[in-house]
Amino acid sequence: MMPLNYYLILSAVVFAIGVIGVLIRRNLIVVLMSIELMLNAVNLTFIAFSRYLGSAVGQVAVFFVLAVAAAEAVIGLAIIISVFRQRQSLDPQDMQLLKW
Amino acid sequence: MDFSTFVFFLLAGLLVTSSLLVVFLRNVVHCALALVSALLIIAILFVTLHAPMLGVLQVMVYAGAIMVLFLFVIMFLNPAVLERAGTLWWSTATVLAVLLGGLLVPLFFNNEVAGDPVASTEFFGSPEMLAKSLFNDFVLPFEIASVLLLVAIVGAVVLAKRERVVR
Amino acid sequence: MIVDVAIVALKAFLVLFMVLNLAGVLGWVERKGSALIQDRIGANRASILGFAGLGLVNTLVADTLKFLTKEDFIPRTGDKLLHTLAPCMALFPALVTFAVIPFGDVLNIGERAINLQVANLNIGILYVFAMGSLGVYGIVIGAWASNNKFSLLGGVRGSAQMISYEVAMGLSVMGVLMIYGTLELQEIARDQGTLIREMLPQWLSFMRPIIGWLPAWGIFLQPLGFLLFFTAAVAETKRIPFDLPEGESELVAGYHVEYSGGKFLMFFAGEFAEIVTVAGLITTLFFGGWQVPYLMRDGFHFPWGATWLLPHLTVVVLQLVAFTVKVIFFCWLQILLRWSVPRFRYDQVMRLGWKMMLPAALLNVAVTAIVIVLAQ
Repeated sequence: MMPLNYYLILSAVVFAIGVIGVLIRRNLIVVLMSIELMLNAVNLTFIAFSRYLGSAVGQVAVFFVLAVAAAEAVIGLAIIISVFRQRQSLDPQDMQLLKW
Repeated sequence: MDFSTFVFFLLAGLLVTSSLLVVFLRNVVHCALALVSALLIIAILFVTLHAPMLGVLQVMVYAGAIMVLFLFVIMFLNPAVLERAGTLWWSTATVLAVLLGGLLVPLFFNNEVAGDPVASTEFFGSPEMLAKSLFNDFVLPFEIASVLLLVAIVGAVVLAKRERVVR
Repeated sequence: MIVDVAIVALKAFLVLFMVLNLAGVLGWVERKGSALIQDRIGANRASILGFAGLGLVNTLVADTLKFLTKEDFIPRTGDKLLHTLAPCMALFPALVTFAVIPFGDVLNIGERAINLQVANLNIGILYVFAMGSLGVYGIVIGAWASNNKFSLLGGVRGSAQMISYEVAMGLSVMGVLMIYGTLELQEIARDQGTLIREMLPQWLSFMRPIIGWLPAWGIFLQPLGFLLFFTAAVAETKRIPFDLPEGESELVAGYHVEYSGGKFLMFFAGEFAEIVTVAGLITTLFFGGWQVPYLMRDGFHFPWGATWLLPHLTVVVLQLVAFTVKVIFFCWLQILLRWSVPRFRYDQVMRLGWKMMLPAALLNVAVTAIVIVLAQ
């Protein structure tokens, strides 16, 4: 087994890549996919700690993150569909109506 | 370098490559497939970390159902090729990436956190362990999660339904 | 260490060999079987030097050569990478799932005990469901990459059907898992060797002479589960009566209309490999897997007290033969089903999956739970 640090660094790198994806992509679906990437990086951290501390709580936490991520992806995609029907575009820059 | 180290670095490299492909590819369907491969690699990493139940749940739920839903929506909406992001966003992203990198480097050299993993039994990470934890210690969050999923289903159906104009 | 790896590699090779060859032979069985049912002769032209080898030359040699030498094209406006990747994504889960299906009990050679199963995972059957859910990608990507409206329609129908019946498939197996108390397929197969009379509680002991002499196979303990699982599995593999995604008379060829040559062979072989996998799963979960009734590790132990001791190797060979016979029977049954039943309409498929099979599976789980609690 690798030292714990390696897993933490790996998940931090994936998390950072997810953050970059949310910021620079102008397509709502890819933004949602980057959010899923961030959630998975966090899952990896949980499992790594669960292994190194011998605790079951980490795995239970991942179970719940999985369920919540499923619910969030479903609602996010439904929102994207209804927004697309209104604006005919998936670009976040086109949805600035609420900006002052 | 022994076998498990080699496997870890191989999987880590593939995972970082897949994540970069998710973020930087032009075609949305290709991005979705790159995310599927990233999820599968993470599931393999779960299995190497003695969490086989969660690894297989990840494949079933995340890679098998959620990403199929993503692909459905992509095919349904058929988005055009995206435009280039402005310079403001690229520089913000670079600054953030550098900040995160600055957090990582001390982590890498901090060897006090690392230790040998606790010796694990066959019970650890198995379905029995997860089931015992879920139904004894965490039964309330479990029930709330099921209600949450029901709410998500209803919400998605309501949001995505086409408005029928009643004449 | 090296010997362990070599043994696992040998087992994997044997399993793949059997699955792929059986998939090929099933192509011929399908042609000849359908010909018999439809009162015609079927394919009988291919032969090598006048030797037709019971028609096997037709499928194993002629068909394969025909597919491999056809022109392989990618639609001009289609997605090149995805068009090539989709058949691989369809074939991979079909082949890989067989890794957890046990084809025999433990084989003792010298001091080494070889478990006749490629991978004895502690999550057993969940691996099968995980690989099944990966099978949707071949359809979705194949349909999308063809840039063809008929393909897309077939692909969307196919994937919606597959994800609907995954739910019913998982729930229908739940009763079996509750009775045998384990997820590992080798344990489930092994537990089906006990006789029912040892599982009956006190208040049901009057049933002993009636059914107590039967081995505790899944089909006797979970008949509704078997029906639901069989239907859901046939729907997963998109065979008739659930083959609207392919819809030969409606959608031309559905999601694989733009595929020819080697890529179509991969879709085709994937479908037949899935038939073999479904047959393997049904035998393991409901028909005792490699169990021969009353055959224990040292010989036959009949319920009326007689025993017939056999050497270890004979027992293992008998169990292997039993497994093979059962798998071949269920493959044949699925092919027979294809040519006997008309196709479901799409809304009928969805209604069956969600409104009929899901409540039935839940009812099955509830009744099984009550019976198990009462039998303690």
